[in-house]
Amino acid sequence: MAEVFVAKVSEFPDGERKIVQHGAHDIGVFHWEGEFYAYSNLCLHQGGPACEGLIMHQVEDVIGPDKTWIGQKFSDSQVNFVCPWHGYEYDLKTGECVPDRRLRLRKYSVVRRGDDVFVSI
Amino acid sequence: MELPLSNDRRMKVDEFDSGKMLANAARQAKQRNYDQFPIVDVDSHHYELESFNEILEYMPDPVMKQLAQMANSGNSKGVGVMPGGVGYQDMGGRAIRYPLRRIEKTEPGVHRDISLTRRWMDAMGIDIAVLFPSPMLQLGLHPQVEAEVALSFAYNRWLSERVLEEEARIRSMIYLPFNDPDACIRMVKEFAGKKGVAGFMITSVRFKPVHHNSYMRLYSMIEETGLPLAFHAGYNWGEQSMGMMNKFISVHALGFVWYNMVHMTNWVINALPERFPKLKVIWIESGLAWLPFMIQRLDNEYMMRSSECPGLKKLPGEYITDMFYTSQPMEVPRDMSLLEATFRCIKAESQLLYSSDYPHWDFDLPSTIYDLPFLKEKAKRDILGGNAVKLFKLDIGAGKLAKVA
Repeated sequence: MAEVFVAKVSEFPDGERKIVQHGAHDIGVFHWEGEFYAYSNLCLHQGGPACEGLIMHQVEDVIGPDKTWIGQKFSDSQVNFVCPWHGYEYDLKTGECVPDRRLRLRKYSVVRRGDDVFVSI
Repeated sequence: MELPLSNDRRMKVDEFDSGKMLANAARQAKQRNYDQFPIVDVDSHHYELESFNEILEYMPDPVMKQLAQMANSGNSKGVGVMPGGVGYQDMGGRAIRYPLRRIEKTEPGVHRDISLTRRWMDAMGIDIAVLFPSPMLQLGLHPQVEAEVALSFAYNRWLSERVLEEEARIRSMIYLPFNDPDACIRMVKEFAGKKGVAGFMITSVRFKPVHHNSYMRLYSMIEETGLPLAFHAGYNWGEQSMGMMNKFISVHALGFVWYNMVHMTNWVINALPERFPKLKVIWIESGLAWLPFMIQRLDNEYMMRSSECPGLKKLPGEYITDMFYTSQPMEVPRDMSLLEATFRCIKAESQLLYSSDYPHWDFDLPSTIYDLPFLKEKAKRDILGGNAVKLFKLDIGAGKLAKVA
């Protein structure tokens, strides 16, 4: 098990992501609402850089009590990172592929030692 | 530039390089030894309206030229001259190359379109790309027939002089202004034999019956050139049926297949392959899942209604499997036996032509073919390039042209 240095927290603002490579591992690390999440940066679709695209809240339909469609909104809680090649969306907190949660990216553990952030491989 | 995200957030991007964005594609090319065999991409695109001022220099009609130049003078990319279309291909920027392409830098001394095209070709390991326009895929809907004619002559002349003459790795199939059959004939006469001309292309989004008598002389001429004819799919959200759908995914899923289904049905049922037996026809960008449907549906009905199709000497499905198909967007089912059956049904080993459709949102890498578990190595190489080399009679020399990283 290796620990790969990602960044100092002070240089890794909330809402951003960093990419680290270690051997064959290509890993995207996200800092989101005080927590860190790390996943394989290889999209399950055609191998694109899954962690290098937009970070977007989940789009939700708003359906009225009478079952009519009222509109759309962005989720208050679910946020996704989107592979820039074709738009595959992954749940930032779990790495699951949003349209089919049976698919998921490999998750890596993130370790903090003081101001330093490491990912454990 | 700054990209607007959800909940009023913004993402700052300082630079964009499509080669870097496609670094994983280059890695795949190296891992799979794409440098050992030719790869021909039979459907790829550029955004021709980014060069609209250059294209308009070639417009034959001076009055329309001035109108178009004025319409384009405010950097409006053809608004008022080109038929526009509602569409959300970029998915709100999720396909990030859409908004970022405007900040991508290219080297001086080379036309930007050539530079950008070579960049993604090299990343993917592609030797030769057949390049098509993007907004012009809807030009068949232009209400002014003469506008389609003028714009297509301008585009083809510009493309030939500024791109095809300058870069041997880029070819094209010349846009035919199909709403004017006589103009198509003039186009074939002007461009057949020119450098980089791999064939002729009809954009499928239009309301013209391909079997109409006014087109027979055109098909004869193209048949005589020995070059193939292609029907390139597109969408039309303005059409009444398509207008019932409220999402781009719906219009794209059905629309990109619909027009080719209509044209293919007319082509086969009116026995055009019997009248033009040497004319090779390619169906571009409708994917593959429609083909088992077309074969089964038309064969079944033909057996009962053969009196309506007196020109046919064999089953509709047999004509369909004599034609050629580009692979993208290849529908990959959960049950891969469906895809395997489709490949078998359409004689993919000889009739299928790999295409990326890069840079559009649903592009396919060569690995979509190379990684198929049910194909032998020879079939992979034939689909990825061998079939195209044969069909287009390409001379790409002994070595690979792509600079696989």
